[in-house]
Amino acid sequence: MATLAQQIVNGLVLGALIGLIALGYTMVYGIIKLINFAHGEVFMVGAFGAHFTSAYLLPDAMPWYAALPVLCVAAVAVSVTVAVLMERLAYRPLRDAHSLAPLITALGVSILLQEVVRVFYPGATAPLPFPRVFVDSQLTAGSLIVQWTGVLAVAVSPLLAAALHWYVERSRLGRAMRAVAEDPDTARLMGIDLNRVILATFVLGAVLAGLGAVLYGIHYGQIDTTMGFQNGIFAFTAAVLGGIGSIRGAMLGAFCIGMVKSLAGQYAWGGAQYDYVWVFVLLILVLMFRPQGFLGRLERVRA
Amino acid sequence: MLEVNGLSVAYGAIEAVKDVSFTVAEGQVVCLVGANGAGKSTTLRTVSGLLRPRRGEILFRGRPIHHLPAHKVLATGIAHCPEGRKLFATMTVEENLLLGAYLRRDHDIARDAAHVYELFPVLGQRRHQKAGLFSGGEQQMLAIGRAMMARPSLLMFDEPTMGLSPIMIQRIMDTIGVLRDQGTTILMVEQNALAALALSDHGYVIDLGRTTLSGPGRQLLADPRVREAYLG
Ligand SMILES: Nc1ncnc2c1ncn2[C@@H]1O[C@H](COP(=O)(O)OP(=O)(O)OP(=O)(O)O)[C@@H](O)[C@H]1O
Ligand SMILES: [Mg+2]
Repeated sequence: MATLAQQIVNGLVLGALIGLIALGYTMVYGIIKLINFAHGEVFMVGAFGAHFTSAYLLPDAMPWYAALPVLCVAAVAVSVTVAVLMERLAYRPLRDAHSLAPLITALGVSILLQEVVRVFYPGATAPLPFPRVFVDSQLTAGSLIVQWTGVLAVAVSPLLAAALHWYVERSRLGRAMRAVAEDPDTARLMGIDLNRVILATFVLGAVLAGLGAVLYGIHYGQIDTTMGFQNGIFAFTAAVLGGIGSIRGAMLGAFCIGMVKSLAGQYAWGGAQYDYVWVFVLLILVLMFRPQGFLGRLERVRA
Repeated sequence: MLEVNGLSVAYGAIEAVKDVSFTVAEGQVVCLVGANGAGKSTTLRTVSGLLRPRRGEILFRGRPIHHLPAHKVLATGIAHCPEGRKLFATMTVEENLLLGAYLRRDHDIARDAAHVYELFPVLGQRRHQKAGLFSGGEQQMLAIGRAMMARPSLLMFDEPTMGLSPIMIQRIMDTIGVLRDQGTTILMVEQNALAALALSDHGYVIDLGRTTLSGPGRQLLADPRVREAYLG
């Protein structure tokens, strides 16, 4: 019983963190139909940006409530910079190319970023400890342990998703994003600068990924160069499961995946070593019966 | 106001527009007529910056605009109401109008939307409904309203009466006449040459990517070559 509760708590936290990455996948896909496989690395470099700031720039004796905001800003700044460069240098020149070209480019960018960090970041060939910049205590009930960092992640992640949803539905830029997603040429006739709106979409995804990276770091206590790739796969799966293009769907998909991975790791055949298998089994099952995902729309042929 | 000289536009190897020239004077209604595939839409799409010409030039108020991206063309005062209406079907009437006013930063946007609702009351009554739910005629009204929201000085219509009933065609043509009377210059593409030329100060015939005939609207209407080719 206690184990079950513990696995549910772990699953919720994992889902909340994956959700923040999944939002970036779903936004970019929604607007330019690109699966940006390098988005996991946008998350990863954010974590290293925060690590760098903590290790080399901040004084040692800084209280956590002062350090945490600084690390968030640092992570977001690094994630956004990398995402902007990626869009400008890798994807924009391929905007009109066949869709296979940007997809393969995305895989290339993903590997490139992992290798650059691994080779050039001091000590990154092994996992690095992440600074403890949040209340380092936990709630306990019997043998159930709930870390405050987990509470923070589960509270903040859906709030950020809701804010993003609100922004896309209500703001001028959000309206422009929806217009580009629906019909880029007509959006241009409205005076929308496609390049700016697409760049803004990458930036929004990167902000969430950067914040997610800090939440991830303080919760799990260590980071490594493959964290983006591993969690990115789950985040991408979450976005597809929830209905790619849908903000609420990405969050829903992420919580489902967090839960399945956590529970399967405990109870299913193969244990924690094969937990990811069950995530993809879930994906296949859902797509068999609902190819558009939970909240996605079926692509309709436009007249 | 608008001057197009020796325009040539290609899709890859296919030269859809070969040699198109025409002018639109301020305050006029000018119409381009021609058969299917003549290159009318391609011409408008090039004026609005969606396509780049291979040769030729486009001058607006004396300045070349053929190198400008679409959002900059709109900023100079040219709006384009595209063929097939192209509304944002998943968005409400109101959101479509707001997108029409996307570049504007003034405080009269709500007033202009109210003006569109006055002109087309059905849009006002259903302003919170999704545009995809509307009938063809209602969609065309919204497409016109959306283009008006940019407050253009030159408004281009690509087949605004396509697929509409005779009553609706008349209504749309009347609206275009009202816009002209209010000082908007109009460039229009129509298959429905009879209604369009009757309203036009000047007309051009485009045939296989070239402007072949031109003249005042009523004169073209009377021209036997035009009558034979486009009026049956
Ligand atoms: N995206 C495209 N790619 C390739 N060829 C195109 C494209 N769009 C149009 N064409 C071709 O260019 C030519 C001119 O097309 P255009 O749409 O400008 O004609 P139109 O005069 O507007 O015709 P209609 O009255 O049917 O609307 C046609 O032969 C058409 O097949
Ligand atoms: Mg056409």
